[in-house]
Amino acid sequence: MADKIHVQSNINGYDVDFLCESRQSLLEVLRDVLNLTGSKEGCNDGNCGACTVTMDGRIVESCCILGVEAEGKEIITIEGVASADSLHPVQQAFLEEAALQCGICTPGFIVSAKNLLEREPDADEERIRFWLAGNLCRCTGYDKIVRAVLKAGEVMRKG
Amino acid sequence: MATVTGQEVVDPGEYKIIGTRPVRHDGVDKVTGRAKYGADVQLAGMLHGKILRSPHAHAKILSIDTSKAVALPGVKAIVTSADFPILKDQSLDFGETQGNIRMLAENILANQKVLYKGHAILAIAATDQHIAEEALDLVDVKYEQLTPIFDVKEAMSKDAPVLHENLTTIFRVDRFGKGEDTGVKGNVAGLIQFKRGDLDEGFSKSDIVVEREFTTQTVHQGYIEPHTSTGQWSQDGHLTIWTSTQGSFVIRGATAAILGIPESMVKVIPMEIGGGFGGKTITYLDPLVAILSRKTGRPVKITMTRKEVFEGTGPTSGTYMRCKMGATKDGKITAGELYLAYEAGAFPGSPVGGGAMSGFGPYKIDNLQVDGYDVVVNKQKTAAYRAPGQPQAAFAVEPVIDELAEKLGMDPMDFRIINSVHEGDRAPSGVPHLKWGCEEVEQAMRDHPHYNEKLDGPNRGRGVAVGYRLNAGGSGSSATINVNSNGTINLITGSVDIGGTRTAVAMQAAEVLGISIDDVNPTVVDTDAVGWTGATGGSRIAFDTGRAAILASYQVITEMSERAALLWDVDPSDIVFEDGIFVSNKNTEDTMSFKELASKLMGTGGPVTCSSSDTQGGVGAQLAGHIVDVEVDPETGKVDLLKYTTFIDAGKAAHPSYVEGQMQGGALQGIGWALNEEYFFTEDGTMANASFLDYRMPTSLDLPMIDTVIIEVPNARHPFGLRGVGETVLIPPMAAIANAIHDAIGVRMDRLPMSPGAILEALRDNK
Amino acid sequence: MQEFEYVAPTSLEDAVKLMAEKGPKAKALAGGTDILIQLRGGRYQIDRLVDVKNIPELNQFSCSQSDGLTIGASVQNYKIYESSEVQRLYPAMVDCASLVGGIQVQGRATVGGNLCNAAPSGDTIPTLIAESAQALIAGPNGQRTVPVEEFCTGPGRNQLADGELLVSVNLPPVKPNYGAAFLRFIPRNEMDIAVANCGASVQLDESRQKIVSAKIAIGSVGPTVIYCIEASNSLAGADANEASIEAAAAAAQKAASPINDMRGTVEQRIHLVGVLTKRVLRIAISRAKGE
Ligand SMILES: Cc1cc2nc3c(=O)[nH]c(=O)nc-3n(C[C@H](O)[C@H](O)[C@H](O)COP(=O)(O)OP(=O)(O)OC[C@H]3O[C@@H](n4cnc5c(N)ncnc54)[C@H](O)[C@@H]3O)c2cc1C
Ligand code: FES
Ligand code: FES
Repeated sequence: MADKIHVQSNINGYDVDFLCESRQSLLEVLRDVLNLTGSKEGCNDGNCGACTVTMDGRIVESCCILGVEAEGKEIITIEGVASADSLHPVQQAFLEEAALQCGICTPGFIVSAKNLLEREPDADEERIRFWLAGNLCRCTGYDKIVRAVLKAGEVMRKG
Repeated sequence: MATVTGQEVVDPGEYKIIGTRPVRHDGVDKVTGRAKYGADVQLAGMLHGKILRSPHAHAKILSIDTSKAVALPGVKAIVTSADFPILKDQSLDFGETQGNIRMLAENILANQKVLYKGHAILAIAATDQHIAEEALDLVDVKYEQLTPIFDVKEAMSKDAPVLHENLTTIFRVDRFGKGEDTGVKGNVAGLIQFKRGDLDEGFSKSDIVVEREFTTQTVHQGYIEPHTSTGQWSQDGHLTIWTSTQGSFVIRGATAAILGIPESMVKVIPMEIGGGFGGKTITYLDPLVAILSRKTGRPVKITMTRKEVFEGTGPTSGTYMRCKMGATKDGKITAGELYLAYEAGAFPGSPVGGGAMSGFGPYKIDNLQVDGYDVVVNKQKTAAYRAPGQPQAAFAVEPVIDELAEKLGMDPMDFRIINSVHEGDRAPSGVPHLKWGCEEVEQAMRDHPHYNEKLDGPNRGRGVAVGYRLNAGGSGSSATINVNSNGTINLITGSVDIGGTRTAVAMQAAEVLGISIDDVNPTVVDTDAVGWTGATGGSRIAFDTGRAAILASYQVITEMSERAALLWDVDPSDIVFEDGIFVSNKNTEDTMSFKELASKLMGTGGPVTCSSSDTQGGVGAQLAGHIVDVEVDPETGKVDLLKYTTFIDAGKAAHPSYVEGQMQGGALQGIGWALNEEYFFTEDGTMANASFLDYRMPTSLDLPMIDTVIIEVPNARHPFGLRGVGETVLIPPMAAIANAIHDAIGVRMDRLPMSPGAILEALRDNK
Repeated sequence: MQEFEYVAPTSLEDAVKLMAEKGPKAKALAGGTDILIQLRGGRYQIDRLVDVKNIPELNQFSCSQSDGLTIGASVQNYKIYESSEVQRLYPAMVDCASLVGGIQVQGRATVGGNLCNAAPSGDTIPTLIAESAQALIAGPNGQRTVPVEEFCTGPGRNQLADGELLVSVNLPPVKPNYGAAFLRFIPRNEMDIAVANCGASVQLDESRQKIVSAKIAIGSVGPTVIYCIEASNSLAGADANEASIEAAAAAAQKAASPINDMRGTVEQRIHLVGVLTKRVLRIAISRAKGE
């Protein structure tokens, strides 16, 4: 077996040390090494967004990044979105607007949408559709997802 | 509460819960990433498997040398078709298609011959997936290449190379009938035929006849979650499977049959599922992980890559179709003839029967003939895809309807309404209809503002189409209710929840029991823990599993009435249950809510736990319709969607958000199928676009909002009037968009996808 | 994926040395949005992956009226299109950098990677050619500069010798009455590889009626992005009007030598070159006029 590399990063607010092979993607590390299986694999080549996480505040696809590249980075996965006692407004809006069916795309959408609304809480439909174009959903037709993000934006604007 | 007695709707009344929009019970787990899907299974000592697939579309396997692969450190076991017991031809049902267990096994691992590029040959288990993948490169397979055949029309010709030496054509007049063996050898596995009246006479009465040919390409369901399965074979012979499937019992049955072991030795644990749309009703991986686990004594997981999902699982058929229809000047259809040739892929079993049953379904036609051919070709074995076979047939019929209306100078919706199908009229297959909302949906479309508002601007057009579906049943569901002492219930089913059915079913139990939706805790359990339940498919879960839950709820009421009778010392027949309250007829002061009585169960005979199953058989008929506005860029051929409205007769929308979600999702898949999706095969049968980059499914930026209109014509087969809504939604879009394109640029598109390149060509040819 | 060694040097010197040691068995890693997928697909067998994101020279990013635009090879696309100076001075770079992949990809992908990957469809390359960008290369034998139109030598192949790294691309300062633009055609509205694409720049005279010089480059219609010399020259001295645009588009179509594949046919692609060239020139001219 290939040699493993020691990597230190901060995941969901906690300093985390892990060992991984250089060829392992960040997605593999999150899922298989750290058991953070909320990030999903839909394509493993950057085209579905199900593996979206934030790295130093920007959304990225964890299947297109090596685990070793997480060295010194701050990463937030879907598991880090809610607080102990409440859901994030985006999560709440997804529930209320029935913005998920099978739910496999949901973690990626929520991480992406949260990041958008943190930058632009007043993002309109067009902007939301553009921002989320890297996240594929096959179940919902996007309608209820877009509505949920609009609603979450409203909630976040009110603070 | 609604007064519901057994089978019939007595008084729909005002529902308390049906028709509301509660948050789904599994929602929080799914928005926080906690929900466990198939690929999330992690077991101690788990090995990872990878599958070697054929590089050829048609070849004999001469030899397989795995010696180098076995020698790679980390490789633990290999499974080939030699590990399967010898199987006989024996039929088996999966969701909505039928199959033959030997052929199913041969599709899972090729035996002597490979029949499509991507056909699995063997699987290797190793300590991690990278090692398993490296080992695949070390396997040496020798092939003798055979001439492949890809085109459905060519495959039907006499001198075409054959895929299966002994394949003969089965003739059927009933979709799920056994049929009769014609003895004719070739690639045509089946012909299904529906006939009524006299075609020649019908056409002779028509003032106008339109006949057109259509072709469509192979398309995939496109669920975002790849297939995955994990197996653990215990030393005592028990096999446990954690899998992503629409039907845990279907997987249990197929896996047991392929492995030659009793079903009771197999426990299938259905994990949360990331979409299926029919494509996850059959098994690909489960027998492989089982054997690899038996050989190694360790749990083994295989998860497909996206490329494998495209190359190695079942898409739906590419087709060649002809449709001819005639009508009188006053708009009455006099005759219809539909010819359907569907690619089954490498093994028999295309969904042509679905197309044959549904193509003419929205129209009352006294003289008709439908011929549907099931043809094997060297492509992926097709699997069910949302209303299997029906969207294709609608793409052949609906543009012809549009053209007839155009030539008659009639409004296309008026033309449809004149010919609509009512209670007592017969479906193309001959079955008489119960009450359904064919005309109601069509009228709602015609009267809708979207249909009537002006559409200005060059190269813009509006199109409509309808889609018909008949679910004749044949599956079943079970449900168990355990009453808790605090008046809540645990509702246990075996119906995999792909889009909120836990809650839609729970709402029905809550409605009957007069409790709140939060008082129901619905769970989906494994095959050891609930009665047999068919796959989540056929638009039947809110309907069938809902019925099972309703029946179990009645049993709960009956048992609890007995407890109340005991407490009040009256006869159980004196207890009435209304609005969630048990009342004694003998003394109307004696009342107890469901919750109160639940707390008294231990003292009155112990827990109440009731199970029920339902095989009532078939959601029945349904109509959906779509209106779409498009704009075509005549310079590039690109079609943009401006506005989209979908209509369906839901019978009764148990949870309207979920009905809308099905309508919107169906529209999305149909838009993709209409505009860009296709398996792009190179000359040697390679799918050149086996990735989400090049298999172009719609993104959020490709769609407008999808407006929904739910029509409710109650279904007499369900206590609350439900019709399943999962599938009919995918039938109209391609035809509606084709009709809109015609309205925009005057070109009738007769092939899918209507991609920019195809539109440019059509515009060029039209000049 | 195969095994390889991962290194992340912090100086250009070390990076070049690490690359040179392994010759063709070393590859650079910028955003990884091409290379990681290619490695996963077994396109290369390598021994070492050299992460170039920690090298100061490759992270340079500056934009001004006087000095032009310097994009270090490790600078991610989002930095380009989010820069107000780039938006003001090099809108064509915004056109292309903002449509590579989705937002996630743009958080990683680099112009340097797009250029080195040398795909015929690479969406930033036509703009770089149209904008007369120069590629700065560092290697075991020092540094050199090549015009971008000479950088790619075939599908997936470039000028770089073993051990060489792209340091940056440098766009000259823009003059008054200059404009550039980029468009691509894809069947979807996002997340697609161009069926054809086109970047163009025009320098107008002071009257803004005549074109002094122009550069047109087209992609996805040949083994590399094609610099259309004849089409570009046809505009030198021409009136900035539809007739000139038509003529240039026709010349660009002649330069195209596409193939049939799953993304498009020869006929469709040549047709699209005409459509896109016209549309791009109209935007470039209108930008040059300050409209
Ligand atoms: C989902 C998705 C969508 C995409 N969409 C588009 C699109 O719309 N248009 C488009 O053009 N591309 C697209 N791409 C491809 C890719 O994102 C771009 O080509 C991107 O610009 C590559 O940059 P990178 O930094 O990720 O390159 P990397 O993958 O890091 O590198 C690419 C190549 O360049 C080499 N390299 C990188 N840096 C250097 C250097 N400094 N010196 C020498 N060699 C170097 C690498 O060794 C490798 O061969 C897409 C990719 C994905 C995954
Ligand atoms: S799994 Fe990473 S983008 Fe699809
Ligand atoms: S909810 Fe199933 S893919 Fe989005």
